[in-house]
Amino acid sequence: MHARKHADGERPDQTRAVLEGPEIGRALTRIAHEILERTKGGDDLTLLGIRTGGVPLARRLAERIERVENRSVPWGALDITMYRDDLRMAPARALGRTEIPAEGVDGRVVVLVDDVLFSGRTVRAALDALNDLGRPRAVQLAVLVDRGHRELPIRADYVGKNLPTSLRESVTVLQEEPHGRDAVLIGPAKPRPGAEPAATGPTASEVDR
Amino acid sequence: MRHLLSTGDLTRDEAVLILDTAKELAQVGERSVKKLPTLRGRTVVNLFYEDSTRTRISFEAAAKRMSADVINFSARGSSVAKGESLKDTALTLQAMGADGVVIRHSASGAARRLADWVDGAVVNAGDGTHEHPTQALLDAFTMRERMGRLEDLRVAVVGDIRHSRVARSNVLLLNTLGAEVTLVAPPTLLPVSVGTWPCSVSYDLDEVLPKSDVVMMLRVQAERMNASFFPSAREYSRRYGLDADRFARMAEHAIVMHPGPMIRGMEISAEVADSPRSTVVEQVTNGVSVRMAVLYLLLGGAMQTTGNQGETR
Repeated sequence: MHARKHADGERPDQTRAVLEGPEIGRALTRIAHEILERTKGGDDLTLLGIRTGGVPLARRLAERIERVENRSVPWGALDITMYRDDLRMAPARALGRTEIPAEGVDGRVVVLVDDVLFSGRTVRAALDALNDLGRPRAVQLAVLVDRGHRELPIRADYVGKNLPTSLRESVTVLQEEPHGRDAVLIGPAKPRPGAEPAATGPTASEVDR
Repeated sequence: MRHLLSTGDLTRDEAVLILDTAKELAQVGERSVKKLPTLRGRTVVNLFYEDSTRTRISFEAAAKRMSADVINFSARGSSVAKGESLKDTALTLQAMGADGVVIRHSASGAARRLADWVDGAVVNAGDGTHEHPTQALLDAFTMRERMGRLEDLRVAVVGDIRHSRVARSNVLLLNTLGAEVTLVAPPTLLPVSVGTWPCSVSYDLDEVLPKSDVVMMLRVQAERMNASFFPSAREYSRRYGLDADRFARMAEHAIVMHPGPMIRGMEISAEVADSPRSTVVEQVTNGVSVRMAVLYLLLGGAMQTTGNQGETR
């Protein structure tokens, strides 16, 4: 989905990379350390990636924490489709898989992970979804890119890079898996959701709502 | 997809989308909070001209798990008993702002007629002897869960095909999804048009049984029978009932399905109905997931027409 959307959305002359491979790796390593510091060693830590862009990030963060602490960190995926506030603006979309690690979320410190923080509506939906799944002890938010333009009082606890953007721009995050390349790209804004079929629409994190 | 009237209207992709969505939504049934906010503010009317507690409750549970408001309308004791036509009832629902109507009617084709009269989505919950698409979808879902696939699955549908909307919906859907269906029934209980259905037909259960991966037993719908279709219940049971003997001759991996309600001892023996290879109870659970998926896909996104009030038609 990413790749296809990217292929028609990207015009080489207008799109530029603001973060490339190793920089993203370093940002993730820093966030992993920050998470360990903030959660005092990461007992009871669970990472939940918000579909779709957050999931590989959650996995990569879990791997890094594992490398540092020599202990596995449960991580999973959260699909927030059913909790979005813009469901009625587009045809019904297909659901993604929500995978909660066996430990569950009750009493744990859940770090929600997403690629781009924008309006904050995706995170709001994720908080609602989490609420229905159980009662975490605390919820924190980690994002690779914070592009600003918040529409809700939501702030990330861990940020890979603050990226001041214009509303006329779009931010696309590519990851080694599934895109074969790590990069954060800024390009011209894409059409609003509803103007195109949901399947090829922007991912949750970059939707301009 | 605007309405769900017949499984024959579904493309393979649409059918698979419904089954996949149902699989995700099945997770909701396992949680402590069995509720999603998705259809908040939407109204679903269960319009039941025929009694069917099971189907109505299943639709009601599905709609409520998605936070929709549910209005149950039963023809008995309502204005329908006073002589109101389906069209006038439809216009009343329209005026009340129903976003979705789930209809069960004794007349084949009632759901399709209703779809012409209301703006909201119409879900056929059984029309006469015609179709019962959500039942077929939940059957397919159950088969896929148990057997892991639908392609090339050999399915025997046994019993009162003539009066069964389940059979027709299943044949159309399973054919779309790549399974091979064989209908097994006495000639008197086969519909006249069966030659045009995409399936094979047999009168001999014992011949089909060992070759089947799925054996779906149907209820003998005595209430729809206006003539004598077989000599006696015992005779029927002897030739088309699934008893322990026949069960033993089925393939090791094969499962037994029944849409319910079962008449134990006639079409299926208690022993078989309660065996771990019988999916009767799962089918009920899966029914809620599948109906949630259908309601979500029909009502969850933007509606083609917005606003239900005041249009003269």
